[in-house]
Amino acid sequence: MYETELAIVGAGPAGLSAAIEARKAGVEVLLIDENSRPGGQLFKQIHKFFGSRDHKAGIRGMNIASTLLEESEELGIETWLKGEVCGIEEGRNLWVVRDRKCSELVKAKKIILATGATENAVAFKGWELPGVMGAGAAQTMINVNRVLPGKKVVMLGSGNVGVIVAYQLLQAGAEVVAILEAAPKLGGYGVHTAKVARAGVPLYVSHTIKTAFGKDHVEAVEIVELDSSFKQIPGTERILEVDTVCLATGLTPLTELAWLAGCKFNYVHALGGHLPIHDDKMRSTQPDIFLAGDISGIEEASTAMEEGRLAGINVATELGYISEEEARARSNEIWDSLNSLRSGYFGERRRTSKDSMLQKGKEVIKWNH
Amino acid sequence: MESLKTTGAPSLKELHNSPGFPTEEDIHKGPIAIIECIEEIPCNPCEASCPQGAIKIGKQITNLPKMDFEKCIACGMCIAACPGLAIYIKDYNYSENMVLLSFPYEYYPLPEVGTRVEAVTRHGKYVCEAKVIRVRNPKSNDRTAIITIEYPKEYFEEVVNIKRITVS
Ligand SMILES: Cc1cc2nc3c(=O)[nH]c(=O)nc-3n(C[C@H](O)[C@H](O)[C@H](O)COP(=O)(O)OP(=O)(O)OC[C@H]3O[C@@H](n4cnc5c(N)ncnc54)[C@H](O)[C@@H]3O)c2cc1C
Ligand code: SF4
Ligand code: SF4
Repeated sequence: MYETELAIVGAGPAGLSAAIEARKAGVEVLLIDENSRPGGQLFKQIHKFFGSRDHKAGIRGMNIASTLLEESEELGIETWLKGEVCGIEEGRNLWVVRDRKCSELVKAKKIILATGATENAVAFKGWELPGVMGAGAAQTMINVNRVLPGKKVVMLGSGNVGVIVAYQLLQAGAEVVAILEAAPKLGGYGVHTAKVARAGVPLYVSHTIKTAFGKDHVEAVEIVELDSSFKQIPGTERILEVDTVCLATGLTPLTELAWLAGCKFNYVHALGGHLPIHDDKMRSTQPDIFLAGDISGIEEASTAMEEGRLAGINVATELGYISEEEARARSNEIWDSLNSLRSGYFGERRRTSKDSMLQKGKEVIKWNH
Repeated sequence: MESLKTTGAPSLKELHNSPGFPTEEDIHKGPIAIIECIEEIPCNPCEASCPQGAIKIGKQITNLPKMDFEKCIACGMCIAACPGLAIYIKDYNYSENMVLLSFPYEYYPLPEVGTRVEAVTRHGKYVCEAKVIRVRNPKSNDRTAIITIEYPKEYFEEVVNIKRITVS
């Protein structure tokens, strides 16, 4: 058994930022991640990041991870890699499988869940053929393992993940035959779609995949146009010759541990589905469990880092390392930054959704107010 | 109607309505940076990268970047700083018949100075031949190379990039 003041599950931008803030305040921290390197999503992101310069924008994602990592190493944060958290009991004991060999119980006073998200799949005829994969999987193949999943790719989904992975597939030497979007408008940031558009990739709105063909591997797909109520329009089918189909059809927060811990949930469509309820301190409905990053709503690395800092600061306050006053002042600053990140055409909906979540948190999490 | 949200690339109409795009008058001032960033996204590294203070976003990070073409000296600092690869420099008065374009490029292999390349539109459509004048890839750009090409003046507005060079 291992005892610690704070255990953090997930060493992505949220978990790392939380660990750094808490450790800086003096908290004893254990950071656990199932991968062999920390950084979460960031390690696959070879593109320069968005966000404000205060959140390391303009720097490639993988380098943001390295900076956070260095800081966490300088602070001497205890980190368990290849540590899979498989269970949680009595609100704060974690069951961890280490190195796929042995299991260990971690007893913590406080827990921060920063487990991130997982890719959604969509089903169509032939979707089980080899060659159909998540965009994130393709991204891991090209950027981490340096293997091209195929030569001719069709991307389903035009959100930022779809267009960024399409761009990286071009960089890796593949041909992107088309990007399809079921909605009548493209989803991702215009500057990202413009990158692939000027590389000659056609982007088709109101289109989806009807069928994937192939004997033992994808050889072609039949695409079809959709009407305004997303119904297929007969007679608009076309064949695209491809050997790879990438699905970039959204992310869902990885919330299993929060369910297990008995956290209460709320459905918020704009943030990715069923989410553990939390308040403005990032506390869940379980008093000792805090949340940060994509698990509390699918957003971005910049917001994940800020939420991580909030969780870290508030845990440190409850453990008596930071005064209430200081915590309030620093939290206010972070909230200003979060509100500014959650604005504009893309952010406004996230902001109103987050606000309703916080309102819910305020109602449900009584001991906090 | 063709627009950023249906085709992926901004139309000239959308660009002319945005605060980072030059007017006819601005173009004749000399080499200038041009920004094609027309959506309110939470992003601002371009603003800090400009030593002349020519790019303004302000405290609200989702404001559109606004260019002051009077202040821009076409130093190119903003090009590699922009994660959207949305900034390039054009020089309308480069020579009698030719214009100059410096744009960000993140594909390998890089084009070679002196070679002929295919200049393309915002939709990757071939427009004309262009000649590579300079290739800059300093460490500070963190692997966003800046390619400079010259091409005929008549295509000034529509050319924004080159066709990706593929190894056979
Ligand atoms: C293609 C793509 C491009 C993106 N581009 C940008 C961008 O330009 N700018 C931007 O700001 N954001 C961008 N993002 C979003 C950003 O990467 C995420 O929002 C951010 O990584 C979320 O951080 P996180 O810490 O919450 O989760 P993650 O980064 O997902 O980290 C969670 C970690 O927890 C681990 N974990 C989960 N469950 C367990 C368990 N039970 N036991 C142990 N470990 C566990 C996971 O393996 C993972 O390492 C992009 C995302 C993608 C996919
Ligand atoms: S080219 Fe130089 S002066 Fe002009 S906007 Fe960019 S950084 Fe500023
Ligand atoms: S850095 Fe680029 S993408 Fe970001 S706001 Fe400036 S011009 Fe737009």
